[in-house]
Amino acid sequence: MKQVDIIIVGGGPAGLSAAIAAKEAGCDSILILERDGELGGILNQCIHNGFGLHTFHEELTGPEYADRYIERARALSIDYRLNTMVMDISPERVVTAMNRSDGMFSIQAKAIILAMGCRERPRGALNIPGYRPAGIFSAGTAQRLVNIEGYMPGRQVVILGSGDIGLIMARRMTLEGATVKLVAELMPYSGGLKRNIVQCLDDFDIPLRLSHTVVNIEGKERVEAVTIAAVGADRKPIPGTEERYTCDTLLLSCGLIPENELSKSAGVSLSGVTGGPLVNEHFETDVKGIFACGNVLHVHDLVDYVSEEAQHAGQAAARYVQGELDATGAVVALRAQGGVRYTVPSTLCVDRMDDTLTVRFRVGDVYRDSYVSVYLDDRRISHRKKRIMAPGEMEQIVLKKAELAQMPSLRTVTVCIEKE
Amino acid sequence: MIYDVIIIGAGVVGCAVARELSRSKGAMLVIERSEDVCTGTSKANSAIIHSGYDAENGTWKAKLNVRGNRMMDTLSKELSIPFFRIGSLTVCTQEERLGELEQLRERGERNGVEGLSVLSRDEALRIEPHLADDVVGALYAPTAGIVCPFRMTAAFAENAAENGVEFRFGEEVQHIARDGELWRIETDREVYHTRAVVNAAGVYADVLNNMVSSHQLCITPRRGDYLLLDTTVEGYVTHTVFQLPTTMGKGVLVSPTVHGNTIVGPTAFETDDREQTATTEEGIAQVILKQSNSIKDLPIGQVITSFSGLRASEQGHDFVLGEPDDAPGFFNCAGIESPGLSASPAIAEMIAQQIREKYTLKEKQDFIAQQRDIVHMKPLSYEEQAKKIAQNPAYGVIVCRCAGVTEGEIIDAIRAPLGARTLDGIKRRTGSQMGRCQGGFCTPKIMDIMTRELGIGMEDIRKNGPGSHLVTARTKGGDE
Repeated sequence: MKQVDIIIVGGGPAGLSAAIAAKEAGCDSILILERDGELGGILNQCIHNGFGLHTFHEELTGPEYADRYIERARALSIDYRLNTMVMDISPERVVTAMNRSDGMFSIQAKAIILAMGCRERPRGALNIPGYRPAGIFSAGTAQRLVNIEGYMPGRQVVILGSGDIGLIMARRMTLEGATVKLVAELMPYSGGLKRNIVQCLDDFDIPLRLSHTVVNIEGKERVEAVTIAAVGADRKPIPGTEERYTCDTLLLSCGLIPENELSKSAGVSLSGVTGGPLVNEHFETDVKGIFACGNVLHVHDLVDYVSEEAQHAGQAAARYVQGELDATGAVVALRAQGGVRYTVPSTLCVDRMDDTLTVRFRVGDVYRDSYVSVYLDDRRISHRKKRIMAPGEMEQIVLKKAELAQMPSLRTVTVCIEKE
Repeated sequence: MIYDVIIIGAGVVGCAVARELSRSKGAMLVIERSEDVCTGTSKANSAIIHSGYDAENGTWKAKLNVRGNRMMDTLSKELSIPFFRIGSLTVCTQEERLGELEQLRERGERNGVEGLSVLSRDEALRIEPHLADDVVGALYAPTAGIVCPFRMTAAFAENAAENGVEFRFGEEVQHIARDGELWRIETDREVYHTRAVVNAAGVYADVLNNMVSSHQLCITPRRGDYLLLDTTVEGYVTHTVFQLPTTMGKGVLVSPTVHGNTIVGPTAFETDDREQTATTEEGIAQVILKQSNSIKDLPIGQVITSFSGLRASEQGHDFVLGEPDDAPGFFNCAGIESPGLSASPAIAEMIAQQIREKYTLKEKQDFIAQQRDIVHMKPLSYEEQAKKIAQNPAYGVIVCRCAGVTEGEIIDAIRAPLGARTLDGIKRRTGSQMGRCQGGFCTPKIMDIMTRELGIGMEDIRKNGPGSHLVTARTKGGDE
């Protein structure tokens, strides 16, 4: 069987950044397996700008951002195969994949980096009643049709869900001459970034109706109208609040789900909250030698953070292959409490960690004038006030090795939101 | 020209009759009002081949269900129909009603069902570990099975077409009348003459019958809502689990599907609208509520889609088969509600036999019984998949990642006899777009393949019927 040091599953922003980092860390034998026809992943259809502010300190479009990494990967002669679907990953790190020219093949890897990204939640998973006509698209599918294929999915649009892709598509469809009648959001807050609400909805006078959902879809062949209704605190529609909107298109932007079918086949344990693998401070899963980064790990709102996280995962995988990532020292659990839904990573080892560790998390509700607190066991070491925190925006704290090392018996690091 | 037989309706019964009749010489035609086979009741049901214990002794339902079930082994081999005899359990949750399971077993045995047994709770749990706590016993029917109703219908139709039966799609029958010795059938496009008519028009079968016979039929469609769960739930339930009907109504079933999903449903709402296949909030809520009566902690949150179908329920509560005495040469296949899918091969066998005898149609010497091999990559071993890719590299390109469907399979579905012309047609033949992302990723890719294979533009691609276009125009500045 062919042998490779590191196989990276997915050639999107996470996979590319991980590959480059691993190569720069001295690992020569790297192979990226990408299911699509080109590298860059979902960035290729994200032709709007706003990418790279943190990484490159300039505003790039998605394809431009991807191109910086693709160029770097080419310059480093990183090997990749396109149109190649990974079918299975074994816990022993045998990757089985197939494509047109090589047929079905298996490769033994010393380390694997999972970077498969995520998918959109479909209409069926939302239990929206009504007919099942043409004209119902997830926002990302519509984005591909418009930006890659060059076709309009419709002219009169209602959007359910205020995830970032839905917000971006509200603007995109408007610029292409369609009428976006409204964005309805089940929750009392948006699932997207504030900047997207301002730039994609407010600037185009598209109403955002919080605490609303779609309760009926009309049209047997093509969407003819949808009915929305207000929902109560139980998220159930309130009778009598129905409003009917004629439209030919319903776009859905109701959440992203990490694509971890392969992770499961490898025996990787997943978080019940994020749907992504549970990882330690080096983005290593609970299966030795298998790492994860990007949206397959947890859904990000900024690609810059994906790249940064994946860089760390790539470096760690290289160190693992070089035998420098030995498991020593006690494992400390990271606990998400008091409004914090999860943390990535979910464990750390003080001996192995770098000088600092960025811990990313999301909150479960909108918090105003609240504090992000960090406890080492029961000792609070940080208490930082934030004017506003919302589920649509990822938050982070930074842990310092020097500080953690002062507590040799440390068992738990807790991240929580506190009112005062 | 004068046809020997015209079959109205390309659902599972119409296509099964066409296939049976294609064993004989004669000019035969199937007229279907929608754009493809299997677009009505045949596409939206429980996808079950019932054992046949449920129907009253002596009814068509009882007789033909049991016969149809027995025919499935041969048919599934001949026609590459995905079919698995997984067995069914009918669970009882009330101690005092355990006797009814025994009565059902006796009824089933009189119907000719083999292998029925009444299981204690413990025995039932041994073969189905996630039964609800209230379950006290179950009727086990090992001959029950699950099938792909789309492939079954398409296989009948494709095989019939290969054996010379003509098909016309998108054509609706408007009038049927006697014309001397013949029947005159007028559609929205043409007028046909035929010696025999087969009425397999599903929820409209009464309308056709009532054009020619004084024995009026009355079909009241009964809508059933279903939920389909992701393949991540595969293995949680391994038999088709029915609920013993209670005074609160007929329960819902929970069953594996041949695609590895889990199906839950149906509800039962009578409607006077024969096109009403919209799901309702109430219906979805009922399914979610009722499944817990038979299965414990079913991961119902793993739902990937919901749909509803119409049962063609006739007021006599049995299938209405054969010629009315005042309309000789007009063969009804009406009132085909459950267990219609299970009975369809036997209905076809019987009706075709009646027609052959009446019109002395001669046996065809060159009848092709064996369907061409249909490639489904996902169930194959890696070695077998590698061989297929070596033969045709298009089998090495996954288009639908959730269901593992390749470009080669999609091209096959388009190029097959009566090949797919719509996204739904491709979906039903290949299983693509049916997985957890519901076509989110693969729809644009399949559209690309369709433009290439069919020589049509993106704007011409439809989901199903006329008007169901996916895209409306080019973007600004797009090439014309």
